Amino acid sequence: MRFVLDELLQKISELLILMASSCEQNLNNAFEAFRTHDKEKALAIYKNDYDLSSKAREIESLCIKTILRQQPVAKDMLIISATLKLVRDVERIGTQAISIAELISSFNFSYRGDEILLIEKMSEEAIEMVKNSVDSFITKNEDQARAVIKHDSVVDKYFNLIKLALIREIRKSEDTDGSLPLDVLMIAKYLERIGDHSCNVAKCTLYMISGELS
Amino acid sequence: MNSLISVRNFNLYYGDNHALHNINMDIMEHEITALIGPSGCGKSTFLRCLNRMNDLIENVRLDGSIVYKGQELVNSKVNVSALRKSVGMVFQKPNPFAMSIYDNIAYGPRIHGVKNRSALDEIVESSLKKAAIFDEVKDRLKSSALGLSGGQQQRLCIARALAVEPEVLLMDEPTSALDPISTGKIEELTCELKKKYSIVIVTHNMQQALRISDKTAFFLLGDLVEMDSTDNIFTKPKDKRCEDYVTGRFG
Repeated sequence: MRFVLDELLQKISELLILMASSCEQNLNNAFEAFRTHDKEKALAIYKNDYDLSSKAREIESLCIKTILRQQPVAKDMLIISATLKLVRDVERIGTQAISIAELISSFNFSYRGDEILLIEKMSEEAIEMVKNSVDSFITKNEDQARAVIKHDSVVDKYFNLIKLALIREIRKSEDTDGSLPLDVLMIAKYLERIGDHSCNVAKCTLYMISGELS
Repeated sequence: MNSLISVRNFNLYYGDNHALHNINMDIMEHEITALIGPSGCGKSTFLRCLNRMNDLIENVRLDGSIVYKGQELVNSKVNVSALRKSVGMVFQKPNPFAMSIYDNIAYGPRIHGVKNRSALDEIVESSLKKAAIFDEVKDRLKSSALGLSGGQQQRLCIARALAVEPEVLLMDEPTSALDPISTGKIEELTCELKKKYSIVIVTHNMQQALRISDKTAFFLLGDLVEMDSTDNIFTKPKDKRCEDYVTGRFG
């Protein structure tokens, strides 16, 4: 009697894992390109049009089909409703990774301010948050989800540090072309948003486990 | 909201068979309480205890307490006829009497001493209206109730139960023999009726329990395993057996 429902839940989980790991991969590759000054690699991420939004819609329509055809309740219903919520956040993480890759593909690597090192550190923290938040959902790990939410302040702190460093840089610089600090700030802002979306994913994990909306 | 029926440490035995084990439950005023569970779990048996229908079965032994409005129902000298006037029942299969629509409704009030013709007319009309069937039958009140469709017959039975002004309505799978349209009408009616009455419904249809009930009680093998708000039972049941049942993992 549960056979069809279990199959649908399995399929949804597999699609979600595929979509999340592709976002994570893009993010990893983008910062690999950033560290190695490899514009081509960044451009490849940007050009590789992995169709995030159609993947997200596919997951959503499977969820809706499951609600319609199987009328899930209790844990099953929580899995489906949490997935519907989190798929948007994973999609946003993916599009922000691509936006970062786009910035890196035209980045001026001759610039070597302190912010560059900070961006690299911030990216490691944000990527870790993405990975852990999705893992917490797939493995239904409450502690891991809580740790992700707590960790958001670290990423936020990096963002503020980078912003302040850029302000100092702009003040003392005689260069009137502001595009470089703006690119750095954009990358930092995308990372900060990626941290927030990871928190939302972790909150979906908590909702799926407890049934309580926080 | 107040507890209208309170059940404490209630046990029921059919001869040597211990059919209900130590049931504790409060049935609240103006709520719909759904009793769910697999066949043979004791939910209908329990429902029948609420208006002493089990008196009619041989070898039944009860202990514990069921208090309805200060009145002990278990092993006491209750006026059963007055109790059943106050705690009405609607069964799985519509069971109109083989008489006219009018007489079906007037039957109860007549037994309870209403003789005045215009008073009876009024009761018949208002009961049929409360059961959302008046418009469909107003032109044929004198024709046989057996000529009505299943859904109409069931609403007629609800009207018949309402005619004696009960406080509680017990429904034992009232829609399991009906088509979806009639089921919808009965469900809508049930939700309307809870403003005035308190309703306990046995149902095998979990979506129905979800749609209409405020509280849900899950029975299994004679135990009341879990009772909570319907939202909680169907989103975060506490007991593994309840979770397994509502999600269809059972058996």
